[in-house]
Amino acid sequence: MSIVNIIDFVYLISAVLFMLGIKNLSSPATAKLGNKLSMAGMLVAIAATLASPDMFGYTMIIIAIAIGAAIGGYAAVKVEMTSMPEMVALFNGCGGAASALVAMAEFNGHTGAFANFTMITLLLSVIIGGLTFTGSIIAYTKLQGIISTRPITYPFQQVVNAGIVLLTIFLAYLVFQNPANTLAFYFIILLALGLGVLAVIPIGGADMPVIVSLLNSYSGLAVSMTGFALNNNALIIVGSLVGASGLFLTKIMCDAMNRSLANVLFGAFGAVDDSVADGG
Amino acid sequence: MDTGTIIIGLTIFVLACFAGAELISKVPQTLHTPLMSASNAISGVAILGALIATGRPESIDAESMLGFCAVVFATVNVVGGYMVTDRMLQMFKKKKRKKKE
Repeated sequence: MSIVNIIDFVYLISAVLFMLGIKNLSSPATAKLGNKLSMAGMLVAIAATLASPDMFGYTMIIIAIAIGAAIGGYAAVKVEMTSMPEMVALFNGCGGAASALVAMAEFNGHTGAFANFTMITLLLSVIIGGLTFTGSIIAYTKLQGIISTRPITYPFQQVVNAGIVLLTIFLAYLVFQNPANTLAFYFIILLALGLGVLAVIPIGGADMPVIVSLLNSYSGLAVSMTGFALNNNALIIVGSLVGASGLFLTKIMCDAMNRSLANVLFGAFGAVDDSVADGG
Repeated sequence: MDTGTIIIGLTIFVLACFAGAELISKVPQTLHTPLMSASNAISGVAILGALIATGRPESIDAESMLGFCAVVFATVNVVGGYMVTDRMLQMFKKKKRKKKE
């Protein structure tokens, strides 16, 4: 049994801990235990990754973890109980940014030709991660009331959004054909960041918790795509676990408000006409 | 990457998706926000990819610098996410006790 096999086996243990964690979190009596189990899963997975034989930059890793833990810990302690959803939105944005950055690092550091599948998942990871980052920041500013909580719309908004999506797909095709086309790659990142902003501004402040949940599902999906690009089972399993449970939770939250997800996403455009978001 | 590895990866992906949806199918409304917060912390598992990107290059280069930023962001997500979830659940418990009294 090689060290790589052992690491993969430990990843399996961590995936089980995450699943037990989520399971326990869905019942009031066991929720605290669930959070602890999922914490344990995270620690086990991080330890396994650090034990990999081809790890060198431990100093950089320790510094980065110290900075991140200080920021995250400070924010978590200081935040008011009433501001929790916006804090979750910000943290989620950080997760999306991390996935996009990992894909960028892989794009930069990859030696030799990219396999087709790796390239596709890498591009998806950058796009989904990037739009999760800016989308979450907009959700945060809306919940805080920094920008108007009313739906922000302008003429031909959907046409513009569709145009950006098509342009992103076209550029992704160019990079897929020629991975040396770094200009197109960086332009894709810009478009993804813009798309995150444009997708969230037309949604009213009252619907933001649902959007945060949806963006959380996106960041899980981005993690999963990173997992495919890096060929890492833990990232694939845990990412898709969060992606699916996040999407399902979003649907449950919509049902609780007697709304459909389409109504929440496109209500401001009048495409679906009942109880258009009143902007809280 | 050979086709076999891709198929295995896709199999894991699909099965984990079903597991994720199934695991939370009976969550009561009071737990919506804590569960969202917890699964947000879990999505900070992107930190594994970030650690690999930072640690793999033998010297500091563009890849390890991007990885460094990714580790910072992912750690904020993980540490902040778990601490915030814990705070929410603590409040949840106190509230319940008060109601019982």
